Amino acid sequence: MSETAQPTPPQSAHHIDVKEFHPRARAAIHNPQIRQNFRKAMDGLMTKRKSAFEGWDLEALRDLGANIRLRALANLPDLLEQLEQKLTENGIKVHWASDGDEACEIVRDICIARDAKTVIKGKSMVSEEMELNHYLGEHGIEALESDLGEYIVQLADETPSHIIMPAIHKNTSEISQLLHDKTGTDLSNDVEYLTANARLQLREKFMNADVGVSGVNFAVAETGTLCLVENEGNGRMTTTVPPCHIAVTGIEKVVPNLEDVTGLLALLTRSATGQHITTYFNMISGPRKADEMDGPEEVHVVLVDNGRSTIYQDDELLDTLRCIRCGACMNHCPVYTRVGGHAYGTTYPGPIGAILMPHMVGLDEGRHLPTASSLCGACGEVCPVKIPIPDLLVRLRQESVDGDKLHPAKVSGHGAKRGAMEALIWKGWSWMHARPGLYRMGTSLGARFRKLQPGKLGGWTQYRTAPKLAAKTLHERMKERSQ
Amino acid sequence: MSSRDTILQRLRNRTGGELTAPECDFSVLKRPDWTTAEKLDMFERTIESVHGEVHRTTEAGWIDRLAEILQSRGAQTLLIAKEHEIGKALKTATQNREDLPQLLVYDEPVESWQEALFTEVDAGITSTRGGIAETGSLILWPSVDEPRLMSLVPPIHIAVLKASELYTTFHEAMHSQNWAAGMPTNALLISGPSKTADIEQTLAYGVHGPKELIVLVIE
Amino acid sequence: MVDPIKMYPAKPSKVYFYATCLVDMFYPDAGMAGVQLLEREGIEVIYPEDQTCCGQPAYTSGYHDEARAVARAQLGLFPEDYPIVVPSGSCGGMMRKHYPDLFKDTTDDVKAAEIAGRVWELTDFLLNVCHIKLEDLGEPTTVAMHTSCSARREMGVAEVGPKLLGQLKNVNLVEQVRAEECCGFGGTFAVRHPEISGAMVSEKVDTLVNTGAKDFVTTDCGCLMNIAGYAEKNHKPMDGQHILSFLWERTGGNRSKP
Ligand code: SF4
Repeated sequence: MSETAQPTPPQSAHHIDVKEFHPRARAAIHNPQIRQNFRKAMDGLMTKRKSAFEGWDLEALRDLGANIRLRALANLPDLLEQLEQKLTENGIKVHWASDGDEACEIVRDICIARDAKTVIKGKSMVSEEMELNHYLGEHGIEALESDLGEYIVQLADETPSHIIMPAIHKNTSEISQLLHDKTGTDLSNDVEYLTANARLQLREKFMNADVGVSGVNFAVAETGTLCLVENEGNGRMTTTVPPCHIAVTGIEKVVPNLEDVTGLLALLTRSATGQHITTYFNMISGPRKADEMDGPEEVHVVLVDNGRSTIYQDDELLDTLRCIRCGACMNHCPVYTRVGGHAYGTTYPGPIGAILMPHMVGLDEGRHLPTASSLCGACGEVCPVKIPIPDLLVRLRQESVDGDKLHPAKVSGHGAKRGAMEALIWKGWSWMHARPGLYRMGTSLGARFRKLQPGKLGGWTQYRTAPKLAAKTLHERMKERSQ
Repeated sequence: MSSRDTILQRLRNRTGGELTAPECDFSVLKRPDWTTAEKLDMFERTIESVHGEVHRTTEAGWIDRLAEILQSRGAQTLLIAKEHEIGKALKTATQNREDLPQLLVYDEPVESWQEALFTEVDAGITSTRGGIAETGSLILWPSVDEPRLMSLVPPIHIAVLKASELYTTFHEAMHSQNWAAGMPTNALLISGPSKTADIEQTLAYGVHGPKELIVLVIE
Repeated sequence: MVDPIKMYPAKPSKVYFYATCLVDMFYPDAGMAGVQLLEREGIEVIYPEDQTCCGQPAYTSGYHDEARAVARAQLGLFPEDYPIVVPSGSCGGMMRKHYPDLFKDTTDDVKAAEIAGRVWELTDFLLNVCHIKLEDLGEPTTVAMHTSCSARREMGVAEVGPKLLGQLKNVNLVEQVRAEECCGFGGTFAVRHPEISGAMVSEKVDTLVNTGAKDFVTTDCGCLMNIAGYAEKNHKPMDGQHILSFLWERTGGNRSKP
């Protein structure tokens, strides 16, 4: 592998100001290439999902998915203990991390103990959450992504723009150029050729890596089994070839029984990419046994909290933790489709990001995230575990303006979005609309003097004509009619 | 307090109080009983739709078929298990036929021959613990005799599947084989060759694992 | 999100008509059409004079105290147990789905839930409760339809509009691509995120224009003002109408039923 193939450490999400959603979104909207890449990708994914569920009783299947997740969450602490016990019995070492930094330290310490210099990674959104690559880089340990999409994103010094398809924002020629610049691959629009080249470069890395780091899709408590869903085989490589495998996972990923996995798997792959199943469903229940010929001699699991136990406290917010990270909500989100993943500036973009990230970065930092939705409900409609995403968006909007005295806000950073002016407008609006006589008087006056209606109404008339007040309100017409 | 205890305590003392666990109704995953022939048809259709290749053959004929397949690919080397009947049968067969590639046995820890495994093996052949018709999946439980990398590293993976061991669904397979009683260090469902769509949703095969998955179904 | 099974009531003799503030101020014709369609079906329409707004704009903006105050003023408008019909999926969804949440932990919780259970989107009510039969008296024409997201997903009436239009023999209904995608209105969303909303409505208008139709109908005034407003400002050949106005006009207005 040539010198140029060494990727620079990935851009740390620390440098991204989550608050700056608007300018990033605006830039994406005016970038025709981004618009086209996402539109095409999302159209394809929506079509595939639809056909993958043909012949299924999708409502019943989603009910099952929701109930499996809810049942697991209902017993979360017990299940985590059971999981820990089973994993330990199986010879897997279990670690607990309160936040991303602690999780990074745990991974680093395992690496140091093994004198590991290079880490090869399978896809793991939790490791993105932890900003693991950046952290390891600062400690002299090279972390290389092996999922092709993640590899591309890492070469470009970017972050993933989608949780399932990290490089979805780039088209073939952009990727070809990138691979050419960074790895010396010939320029080509032949995807097979580009893929074959990446295979060669990464195989070398697999053979020499000291540690493999992966994520986990489901962790089964009854058998102490880690399940990984993937198509490429890089996940299997990561968890098999290096002498040490570290799996990082959120604490919510545990399910009680192996049977649960059958229901969730049926939903996950179909929702995500419209596949009946992925190429590999990899179930790991222990390190290499003494007489086995391959497999890692050490397996570790890092159970990461990072805000999850706080989400867990509230009956409504709890639903956020059902998520199985399929990405269907973003694939179907008209806002995500227009602005792409990077506009959000968060590890998880799109609807799931909008309901999850405020708990990780604070509702002050993430105040715009819940507003980046028309509440069209497409996300909730497709979510395989029936998370009421629009309701959670409204809940977070309420929290971000401290809008409900009956149900005081709980999320850290709540109230940050409450502006004096906006609050006053809503107060006035409420005052008038709670008084029917006043309302009728106001609307009649509006109708009478509609010629004076301003022609410009901020952002609205940037794209549209102003709505036209009618000459007579319906109230007036109904009144006349009854007389 | 350790992070472990802090986390567990926070979860145990949740402010919202105790949660009730709903019932889970798995009947939506169940399918009517299919005959072996129906299951095989379904399996074949599904796995072929994701670029897997299925050859129906017999106990007596599979080695001939295998030889043809490997010859057509120009395979020079084939990785086999030491103890499994598949490996044994192949070893016996090579004694009186020329049309099989050189056989390599995976009987040493990978560390001693990793480079060769990654660069010199053209194909690997493994058994299966059955298949799943609905999703076109092979069930593999790698073992001491058939290690994990046999089905992953060589560019061609050949899997031998007995038609009589086809299940309709994953749910059924898992129950029939009573997986909950104990799992091996590694268990796999394999449904097609390694693939990616990470470059503009264009499918490309063999990105990390085998470029070809060939299933010999023994009827 | 959609009620799993809808229990339609028997056709009543009276209904409450909840017009919504947008219909009241901007599209009273659509409201009148709705009232008259109901009356033509032999139903007496009660129009509570003190109705204002369902509270949804404040609710979705997070100002739940303010939304609750306005919503509470609506709770007293429907004393008898007649169905409440709403010519909007969005306001219907607010009342049917969100009133129970909004009044949870208040003394009005039972009342709010009771009212919520009586709320029907008007086209759904015409089709599935009144079993309306429409006789088309208009010239042959081609229209597209945009079902609002709340009508589709909160009220579960995506099938209703096309079925009603299907009764009109001279109306050729064409479907735009991505028909189920949001038009970008989203209440205050359009003001908070004008560029994103603008991008959404521009694509919606393009897909509508690409059907070849020159007109579209919709279940909701928010979408109407968004889509038609965009088309007008950008000189796109696409005119819009509330579906109720369209149905009323096509079937000859006050002409008595054959
Ligand atoms: S919120 Fe639902 S749709 Fe979105 S990623 Fe999670 S499981 Fe998938």
